[in-house]
Amino acid sequence: MHTKTISQLSAALRSGEVSSVELTTLFLDRIKQHNPALNCFISITEAQALEAAAVADQRLTAGNGAPLTGVPIAHKDIFCTQGVKTTCGSRMLDNFIAPYESTCTARFRDAGAVMLGKTNMDEFAMGSSNETSYYGAVKNPWDQGRVPGGSSGGSVSAVAARLAPAATGTDTGGSIRQPAALCGLTGLKPTYGRVSRFGMIAFASSLDQAGPVTYSAEDAALMMNVMAGFDERDSTSVEREVPDYSANLDNGIEGLKIGLPKEYFGEGLDDSIARVIDAAVKEYEALGAVVKEISLPNTGLAVPIYYVVAPAECSTNLSRFDGVRFGHRCDDPQDLFDLYTRSRGEGFGAEVKRRIMIGTYVLSAGYYDAYYLKAQKIRRLISEDFRAAFEKVDVIMGPTTPSTAFKLGEKADDPVTMYLSDIYTIAVNMAGLPAASIPAGFVDGLPVGLQVIGNYFDESRLLNVAHKYQQATDWHLQLPKEFQ
Amino acid sequence: MEWEVVIGLEIHAQLATRSKIFSGASTAYGAEPNTQACAIDLGMPGVLPVLNKEAVRMAAKFGLAVGSRVSNRSVFARKNYFYPDLPKGYQISQFELPIVEGGQLEIQVEGEDARVIAITRAHLEEDAGKSLHEDFQGSTGVDLNRAGTPLLEIVSEPDMRSAKEAVAYMKKIHSLVQYLEICDGNMQEGSFRCDANVSIRPKGQGKLGTRSEIKNLNSFRFVERAINFEVERQIDMIEGGGKVVQETRLYDSDKDETRSMRSKEEAFDYRYFPDPDLLPVELDKAYIEAVRDTLPELPDEKKARFMAELGLAEYEAGVLTASRELADYFEEAAKIAGDDARRTANWVMGDLLGALNKAGKEIADSPVSAMWLGGMLQRINDHTISGKIAKQVFECMWNGEGDADSVIEAKGLRQMTDSGEIETIIDEIIASNPGQLEQYRAGKNKLFGFFVGQVMKATQGKANPAQVNQLLKQKLA
Amino acid sequence: MSVDQSDITKVALLARLKIDEADIPQYVDNLSNILGLVEQMSEVNTDDVVPMAHPLDAAQRLRADEVTETDQRDSFQALAPEVESGLYLVPKVIE
Repeated sequence: MHTKTISQLSAALRSGEVSSVELTTLFLDRIKQHNPALNCFISITEAQALEAAAVADQRLTAGNGAPLTGVPIAHKDIFCTQGVKTTCGSRMLDNFIAPYESTCTARFRDAGAVMLGKTNMDEFAMGSSNETSYYGAVKNPWDQGRVPGGSSGGSVSAVAARLAPAATGTDTGGSIRQPAALCGLTGLKPTYGRVSRFGMIAFASSLDQAGPVTYSAEDAALMMNVMAGFDERDSTSVEREVPDYSANLDNGIEGLKIGLPKEYFGEGLDDSIARVIDAAVKEYEALGAVVKEISLPNTGLAVPIYYVVAPAECSTNLSRFDGVRFGHRCDDPQDLFDLYTRSRGEGFGAEVKRRIMIGTYVLSAGYYDAYYLKAQKIRRLISEDFRAAFEKVDVIMGPTTPSTAFKLGEKADDPVTMYLSDIYTIAVNMAGLPAASIPAGFVDGLPVGLQVIGNYFDESRLLNVAHKYQQATDWHLQLPKEFQ
Repeated sequence: MEWEVVIGLEIHAQLATRSKIFSGASTAYGAEPNTQACAIDLGMPGVLPVLNKEAVRMAAKFGLAVGSRVSNRSVFARKNYFYPDLPKGYQISQFELPIVEGGQLEIQVEGEDARVIAITRAHLEEDAGKSLHEDFQGSTGVDLNRAGTPLLEIVSEPDMRSAKEAVAYMKKIHSLVQYLEICDGNMQEGSFRCDANVSIRPKGQGKLGTRSEIKNLNSFRFVERAINFEVERQIDMIEGGGKVVQETRLYDSDKDETRSMRSKEEAFDYRYFPDPDLLPVELDKAYIEAVRDTLPELPDEKKARFMAELGLAEYEAGVLTASRELADYFEEAAKIAGDDARRTANWVMGDLLGALNKAGKEIADSPVSAMWLGGMLQRINDHTISGKIAKQVFECMWNGEGDADSVIEAKGLRQMTDSGEIETIIDEIIASNPGQLEQYRAGKNKLFGFFVGQVMKATQGKANPAQVNQLLKQKLA
Repeated sequence: MSVDQSDITKVALLARLKIDEADIPQYVDNLSNILGLVEQMSEVNTDDVVPMAHPLDAAQRLRADEVTETDQRDSFQALAPEVESGLYLVPKVIE
């Protein structure tokens, strides 16, 4: 049962083949068994989960269940969940019991999905390896000596190890797609504004977007049907009709125009990964798609501007953590200044402090124009590159990451090398476009992800394109040995 | 050396919205600490600001009233600094693209020529909370009820040349925001306050001197005194061979002095940048015109109308339009009184304002309503009572004895208009004062007043003075 | 572009972060490297480019002026390190 997709679980729940309490218990048991090794969860909400499962069973029995009613899922610990500890992977919020619910998790709750727990993540979502978490590194189920990627590493590792059938993540520069690629899952970052950010602890407000982590595109569609939609409590949420993401999954893709940006296949990409991506593209051609080379000339600038824009936004987003109203406060503060500097110095880890420092620096007097303003201008150029490309093609494809999962500790001391591992994912956040990573093969037993980028609000097409590939291949059904 | 004083004001007007600028928490004053601070006002993790429509409309209304350009695109920015009353560690304000740019106002200091003061800009921002420094041993208490209250910061050019001008300008804005119904103007509660930028320069010099900024002045009197103190301090400083340093100062009303607010912290670096949680505010032409249509008659327009239509002198019109309440009171009273608006003006400016002033009351709390005063003036106009009796009627109304008609009735103050009755009294008085009659007829004309006085005395002031004059002239001839 | 120790001290002060003396050299290193990465931006001509602050070119939506929040002081202050009489307490601030 634990290897089933949520589409299958949904059917099993409706047919009465299994109850939500049984399913929930099954996954809770798997979490108890494997979490000590993988460290995917920060909080396991067993009591609430069983209670919610019982309620879901009543709903199912009464015949008024929604597709996700009774389906257990995990939430990244970046979403505020009322009455449940919400840490964002930080010591700063180790004692924070959220007094309100994020819109995203509330939608799942209302749909009857059962929350198993809150997943581990890079501290405040700042990281690409899940090594910056105050709660320790998360392991990759395919090779526990390697990172699962980040920042949604806990969610991805949990789903890859079948400790949860699906999970939520957030993506600021690749934090859903990169770990999904490194753990062999389907991850979708929707268009900016498609999913409400209310109650999702902000890293970089103009880039952050929540999305699903699942086995398959079909499951991602089910998750999106719940998550997506306008929220009046988020000014940047878009008031636009939400399609039924499951409706067009099976549409044919004959004639689909796929753009391959030449910049995504150059220096820095592992040859072995390039071969996997080539094979995936060939598969698409076999399905009737038409491939053409395109150019996104400013690709190389995406990482540099990201490390201006994201730190700038985060440096002030994180000012609210000051030890006054909630969160960590240092012992015995001597004065106000001491209270601020020690509470923040102790509450934040090294990577978060680094980014706050960078962000503060680039916004400070004398540097604003050269860094922040310049980055905002290049952001427009990057966005224009995509705009031009989408006049010629329907989707853009390429590798999600330049290499497979790296070893724990391998890049931890070298921020810049770590940052460059997000080279293919970051530009998408800058432009606000939707993109998915889908399993496309393996290199030395480690999963490789194919990134599919779509035009604004074209998630339906992305899922359709991913689904057709998953109908023709079985990469997404592969399981790490220990967790079969 | 003759010094010229240069003053610019940054006025903070709390906008009279029901809810906060970025949250649905109440803005009502005086609640228990932190009971009106919601998750957004507290800067809790993950919450987001959503802009209040009314705050935008009110800002636009102000802009249109002072002839500004209301921007079709304005942007909210974060102003970053740490302080306990600033929960997010940044204030959401407007920096590069404010909602209102340009504009001007005419001010008048009594006895001087009118002057035009230019307005640089007005922008929307959120207010901070309050720090309470007393009552907690070794600690400061923070109340965030005020955090997130919408503010319109109105920034003037450094166009004022004296403390008196600064006060006149502030009063003018104070009156205007109340006319526009965008601010309650309550200075005790902090709804209307200002920072004053003060510098001096040798008369005739073009370049501005170094300024100091006096923070948080919340009364007209303090504005005047703080500026005067600061000007003296700067003159003493320069004449004593020193230099004015650019700094923030605080006015201490108990000691009547300003002092430096220098902290051990670094020079401020606010790191303004566009708030990524808020999109640009876009107002189209149709919106701006629709707001323009809701503008009330503004003080200067009202003043001109009072002069042209009601025949008031400039001074009277100026006093009566200084606040919307007073102007409304006057207009209502004048309308009921029927004719002679100047008589109404005299009564409002003299007896009414005098009594209010003496009792320390505002026009809104006047025991004599506009309807009552107008009713009384109607009785003067229709000769039911004389102006002199009216003073007595007014006093009775002030004391709560009812409207003019009931007072007149109860006290029998109705004017005597029956000429036969008056003639009888005149005859009696003439008969009982033969000496005076003889002297009058012999040419001592001023004794006419004596007879009038006697008649008024005998009628307890109720005889119509004009009628008495006429009848006496006939009888004494 | 590289930063020196005094930049680190200044930035840490602005950001209200206590940084151990011993860690400063590492911050100098890290930040200089990151700024080195960022440096590529300067090669791009952006003279006529309008800065882009948001991924979507949309306008701010406005909220009706209604009081929708109720008093939740107790639940919020349960999270606070120090409160008294409904107030959040901080070490004495001298004005």
